[in-house]
Amino acid sequence: MVEHGDIRVVHRGGSKINFREPVLSHDSRLLLCASGECVKVFSSSTEECVHDLQGHTDLVTGVLLNPSNHLQAYSCSADGTVRLWDFTDGILIKVQLHCHHVSVQPLSVSVFSLLMCMCVTLTRLLSSSQGEYIASAKGLHLEVYFFKKQKFSLKEDNKKGAKNTFTCLSCHPKDDCIATGHEDGKIRLWRNFNHKREYTYSTLHWHHSAVSSVRFTPEGTNLLSGGVESVLVQWRYNQETQKDFLPRLGAAITHIAVSPDGELFCTAHSDNKLTVIQSCVKVSAVIQGLVKGESVRTDLMVDPRSKALVLNGKPGHLQFYSLQRDKQLYNLDIVQQEYIHESGLQQFEVVKAAFDTRGNWLATVEERKQKDSTLELNLKLWAYDEQTQSFVLNTTVSGPHEARITAMCFCHTADSQTTMLVSASQDGHFKAWQLESNHYFYEGPFWSCDFVGAYHSLVPECCCFSADGSLLAISFQEVVTVWSPASWELLTTLSQPPGAIRDLCFGRQSCSKYLLGTTAKNLLCCWNLLTCTLEWSTSMDVSLLLSDPLSENMAAFCSHAGCTDLFVFKPSEPRPLFSHKAICSGKVTRAVFAPREEMLESCEESSQWLNRSQLYFLTQYMVNIPLVIDDSVAVTPFYLLLGKHRQQQQEKQDRSFSAERNQLPQGSVAIKELLHTPAHVLPSASFLCSMFVRSLLISEKKSEEEEMESDKEEESECEMEASTMGQGQTAEAQETAAPALTKAQARELRRVKKLDHSWLSSLLDS
Amino acid sequence: MASFKPTKIQVYPKLGEKVTQDTLYWKNYKAPVQIKEFGAVTNIDFSPVAPHNYAVTAFTRIHIYGPFSQEPVKSFTRFKDTAYCGRFRSDGQLLVAGCEDSVVRLFDVSGKVALRMFKGHTKAVRVTDFTSDRYHILTGSDDYTCRLWDIPNSTELTSYQEHTDYIRCGITSKLNRDLFITGSYDHTLKLFDARVNKSVMTMDHGQPVESLLLYPSEGLLVSAGGRYVKVWDLLKGGQPLVSLKNHHKTVTCLCLSSNGQRLLSASLDRHVKVYNTTNYKVVHNFDYAASILSLGLAPDDESIVVGMTNGILSIKHRKSSEETKEISGQQKRRPAYRVFVKGKNYVPKQDDYLVSKPVKQHLAKYDKQLKRFNVSKALDTALETWTRFRKPEITVAVIKELDRRGTLKNALAGRDERGLSQLLNFLVGNLVDPRFAPVLVPATEMILDIYQSVIGQSPVVDVQLQRLQDLLEREIGYQQDLLEVLGMLDTMFTSSLPRKEVPCSETFYRRF
Repeated sequence: MVEHGDIRVVHRGGSKINFREPVLSHDSRLLLCASGECVKVFSSSTEECVHDLQGHTDLVTGVLLNPSNHLQAYSCSADGTVRLWDFTDGILIKVQLHCHHVSVQPLSVSVFSLLMCMCVTLTRLLSSSQGEYIASAKGLHLEVYFFKKQKFSLKEDNKKGAKNTFTCLSCHPKDDCIATGHEDGKIRLWRNFNHKREYTYSTLHWHHSAVSSVRFTPEGTNLLSGGVESVLVQWRYNQETQKDFLPRLGAAITHIAVSPDGELFCTAHSDNKLTVIQSCVKVSAVIQGLVKGESVRTDLMVDPRSKALVLNGKPGHLQFYSLQRDKQLYNLDIVQQEYIHESGLQQFEVVKAAFDTRGNWLATVEERKQKDSTLELNLKLWAYDEQTQSFVLNTTVSGPHEARITAMCFCHTADSQTTMLVSASQDGHFKAWQLESNHYFYEGPFWSCDFVGAYHSLVPECCCFSADGSLLAISFQEVVTVWSPASWELLTTLSQPPGAIRDLCFGRQSCSKYLLGTTAKNLLCCWNLLTCTLEWSTSMDVSLLLSDPLSENMAAFCSHAGCTDLFVFKPSEPRPLFSHKAICSGKVTRAVFAPREEMLESCEESSQWLNRSQLYFLTQYMVNIPLVIDDSVAVTPFYLLLGKHRQQQQEKQDRSFSAERNQLPQGSVAIKELLHTPAHVLPSASFLCSMFVRSLLISEKKSEEEEMESDKEEESECEMEASTMGQGQTAEAQETAAPALTKAQARELRRVKKLDHSWLSSLLDS
Repeated sequence: MASFKPTKIQVYPKLGEKVTQDTLYWKNYKAPVQIKEFGAVTNIDFSPVAPHNYAVTAFTRIHIYGPFSQEPVKSFTRFKDTAYCGRFRSDGQLLVAGCEDSVVRLFDVSGKVALRMFKGHTKAVRVTDFTSDRYHILTGSDDYTCRLWDIPNSTELTSYQEHTDYIRCGITSKLNRDLFITGSYDHTLKLFDARVNKSVMTMDHGQPVESLLLYPSEGLLVSAGGRYVKVWDLLKGGQPLVSLKNHHKTVTCLCLSSNGQRLLSASLDRHVKVYNTTNYKVVHNFDYAASILSLGLAPDDESIVVGMTNGILSIKHRKSSEETKEISGQQKRRPAYRVFVKGKNYVPKQDDYLVSKPVKQHLAKYDKQLKRFNVSKALDTALETWTRFRKPEITVAVIKELDRRGTLKNALAGRDERGLSQLLNFLVGNLVDPRFAPVLVPATEMILDIYQSVIGQSPVVDVQLQRLQDLLEREIGYQQDLLEVLGMLDTMFTSSLPRKEVPCSETFYRRF
C-alpha cells in the first residue's frame, strides 16, 4: 500500500537558543539550552547537537541541573509543566504539572526542594548557594528575603542618577555579597545587607552601556560581566583593578553561565549564538543558530551549490544555513568592516542578495542610511572560489544607484556565455551589469555597467528574467515593461490597472510563455507573452508569489482575515493543484522553494508538486521557519522491491490480531537462515548474486494469456497463503485493503510477491 | 573571537593615461639631457652609419653630437647667416646644409671648410638632401624653385619652378635615385622625376606643408602642415589615406620609429604624439617645455632628440635593461640572509613538541588607535604629513570610519592652533575633490560648528578659514557655470531631436 502523502506544515528549527541562559553539565561536556519547545543538548567540545529533549508543548522557559543528581535536569515551560530529564540519554523521568502559569521561570534550586517562582514582573531572582536568602531586583529595588529569619530587608537604590535601574544580579557563592548590574554600565557589589540599613556597596565601572549579565565563578574568585559591547570582562574578586577582557565576541552578550567546576564559561549572544569559553579566557567552541535580525531584508534564497538557505544574518553578514541539519554552515562577511557594538549607531546592512543559476556568482547590496545624510550604497559581486570553497569579492561598485535598490536579479540561463545582473532602483533607473573579461587596469574579469534604462521616470519595483534569459520584465508601478536583454529594446508593455504591480514572475518549463503578476489591488494576472494579452486574472489578495525553479508550479500566498492560504497552481491550468486554507496565522513574509536532496516519486496528484522541492516559508509573527513538507517516507527502488512486500505482510498481520511473528513466508525464513549462517560456510557472493538476479528476470516465454493465468494463480496463491495463516482472508478483503492501488501497481506488487526466495532455500537445502 | 577588521581604504579608479605596451615602451627613457644652443633648433639629422652621430642645425652653426656626449664632437661655423637643414649622406661622410644667404654648402664630416659651395638660388635655401646614388644634391628654396646639383662638378643640373610659394620641405627617395618630393607653402606636394623636367604627381595638402616623410617601403607618404598630418598612398596615384588632426598648433616635424610601427609628430603646441601606423590612433604623448621645431629618433629608438624654439636641445636616452632592473632592485630591500634563515634551518627532533605561534595581525598606525578607540589619536596619525599629501584617501577613509562610529565630533574637537590649521589645510586641499567631497563636507560643517567660537583668536586659523571660504565661493561659481552649460546642452539636444508622434518616448542610453 502506498503511504499517503499528507501535506502538513512542520516547524523546522531555527528557534532561539539564547532565550534563557545555557546550563553546563557537571563534567562540562554537555551544554543544555532551551530552544523553542524543546531543550537542546550540545556537546561543548564538538559543537554538535547531541539530542533534543522533546515533550513540552509550549515555549521552554528555563533549564536547571538537578542539584541532587548531576545527570538530571529540570526544565519548565509555558505550558505549565516542569519535567525532569536524564539529559545524557535524553529520557524523560518525571512530569510535574503546575497550575496555569503563563510564564514560569525557575532560576534556582535550593538544597531542600525545587523552588518555583512565578515571576512575570521581577527582573532577576537569585538565591545564594547556601540557600540562606533570595535576592530579587526589580526596577530600582533590590530585595533580599531570608529563609531562616523569616524576614526581609528592603533596599532602595539612590535615585539621583537617572539610569541606575537594576538589570541583573548574582550572589557570591561563599561571601555575603550580591553583584548587581545596572543600566548605566556600572556593577555594584552589595555587602553587609543582613544588618538593617547598614549595607555598603562598592562600584565597578567599565561597561559603557547596560550590563546585561553578571556571574560569579563557583569558587567566587572571579566575577564575569557582559553587555552590549560584546566584551566578556573578568574581574578579580577583591582586586577589582585587575581585569581580563575577551573582546569581539560577535554580538551583545545576553547571558553568562559557568560550569559547576568553573572550567568553562558559556555566553549567550543576541545573534542566537552560544560561545563556550575556557577559564583562561579563550574561545573554545561556538554554537550558532539561525540568526534573525529585525527583519529578513534579503529574500530567502537557496545557494545552488550547497543547497543551503541564505539570508541576512548578523549585521553585515550573509548566513548560509543548512535546512537538513538545522545548523548554520557559515557566515559570509559582506560589509567587511569592524562592527561597533553600540546601540543607536547606523551600520551597513545587507539588504539584497542574489545568486546566479550555477552558484558561481553572488551579488549583494549593502546600504547605510544616516539621519540627514545621503544614502550609502554598495553593490558587491562575489565569485565562487573552488579552492577555498567560498565566495571571494570580485567587484565593488560604490553608489551603483542614487536611491535605494528595489529589486535585483541575475539572468537565469544556464548555458549563456555572459552573465548579467539587473538592478532596479527608486531613482527611476534600472541598470544592467555585465561581466567583462579584460581591462587595462584590473586583472581578471570584473563587472561593469552595460545599460541604463528608464521608463517615463517611473520607479521600477520588480524585475524578473524569463527562464531562457531572453526576456526581462520590469514593473514600473502599474505597467509591466518587457525588454530584450540582447538589444535592450523595449518589446512591449503590459498593464492591468488599477493597482501597482507587487510581484512579477515568469512561468517555467512548459509554461514559459506566461508572465504572472500580482497587483496591490488584489488581482493575480497572467499574461500570455506570445499574444501579449491577458490570459486570465483572478481576484485574490496575493501577498507573495513565487515559482518553483525545478517545475512549472507556482505558489501564491493569500492573506485574509488574519491568516494565510496557500495555493499551488500551474499557469496553464485553471484549477489549482493544491490549496490549503489557513496554513498559518499572520502574514507570510518570505518563502522559498528548496530542492530536495533526492526526488520523491509520490503519485498522489495533490502532493506531486512537492516531489522535487520543498516549500519553506517565514511568517510575520512566528520567528521560526516552518515549512510545508510531505511527510511520507522516501521511496527508493529498494523500497519498491522489498519494502512493499514487507508492508503487505505487516498489514496482514495487523489485520489478523493473533498473527505470530515467526509465521513468515518461506522466503523470509530462507533469508533469515542465510543471515544466520556463518559467512565462511556460504557460497561466494558473486554466485549468490547471479542467482538472485536471474530470479528477478521475467521470462520472455510468457505471453499475455499466460500472464492472465499467472495473475489468477497468484490470486489463488494469495488465498492459499492467507489460509495457511489460518485467517481465511478472501481476495475481496484484500481488494478493500488496497483501494488506491492502480492496476499497474497491483501487477508490480504481485510480481514482487511472486519472487519468493525459494532459490535460496533450495540452495541451503542442498 | 574575530580579529579586528582594518579600515577599508577606498580604491579610486586611476585617472589619466592608460597603461599599455606603448606607454611602457615610450616611458622607458631616462630623464632628458638639455643642451642650450645659440638659437632655435631647426633641424636634427642622424648619421646613417654607426656610431650614429647627429647633426643639429641651430642658428648659424651645425653641431655634431656623439650618441652619448653632451659636448659637440664637431661644429661647422662657417656660415654667414642662419644655417638650415644639415643632412648626412647615406655613407655618413658628407654633410650638406642650406643657408639664409642662398648658398648651399657641402662639408666633409671630418673637415672644417666647405668642400663645395653651390650658388644659384636667389633666396634662402631651406631644404637640402642627397639623392640615393650619392652624387646629386636636392635643394629647395624660398625663391619657389627646387634644384638638383651635381657634386663632383658642383654644377646645377635641373631647376624646377612649379611651386608658387616657399619650399620648406623635401625628401629624396631611398630606392630610386631620380625621385624626390617637395612640399611647399602653396599647400601642394609634388613628386618629381629627374628624368623628365616636370613634376609627375601633385597632391593638395590644404595647408602650408612643413614636413614630409616617406615610409621605408616608399609606398606611403606622410605630410605635415597646419594642424594636420596626412598620409598619401603613392602607389594609388597620390590618393589621401588618412588625415589626422591631433595637434592644436602647426605640426612641424615628422619621424618614424625604427621598426616602422609608430609614427611621431612634433608640433608647436609642445607635444610629440606617437601614432600607431596600422590604425593611426594616438598611443602615446610627450610633453615639452617649448614649441618644437625639430625631432629626431636614433636608430633602434635609442634616443629621442627634440629641438625647440627657445634653443634648447632635449635628448632622452633609452634605459638599458640592466638599469631598469637595478632600479626595481633598489626599491626592494630584502632582510639580510642571516635574518632570513634564522630558526628556519632547525630540524625538529622526534620528541619535540611543536608550539604554534599565534599569527600576529599587522595593523596600520591609525588602525591600532581605532582598535583602542583612541579616536583623536587615530585622526592625528591619519593627518601625518606624508599621509595627508601622498595618500589623502587614507585620511578620508579614517574620517569616514570615525563618522561611521559616530565619534567624528569627538575626534575633531579639542585641537590646538597647529592641529586645527593642519586639518583646515587638508580640507582646503581636498574638499572639492569629487571623490572625497561626500565625506569631507559633513566633516567641514562639523569643524565649523565646533570651532566657531574661536574664530578671530588666531591669525593662522583665520587665514585658513579665509582660504576655505574662497575655495567654496570659487567652487560654487564653477558649479553654477556647469549647470548653465548643462541647461544649454539640454536645450540644444531637445531642439535637435526630431519630434516623435508617439507621446511615450523611451529614453535610454548606452554606457561604454
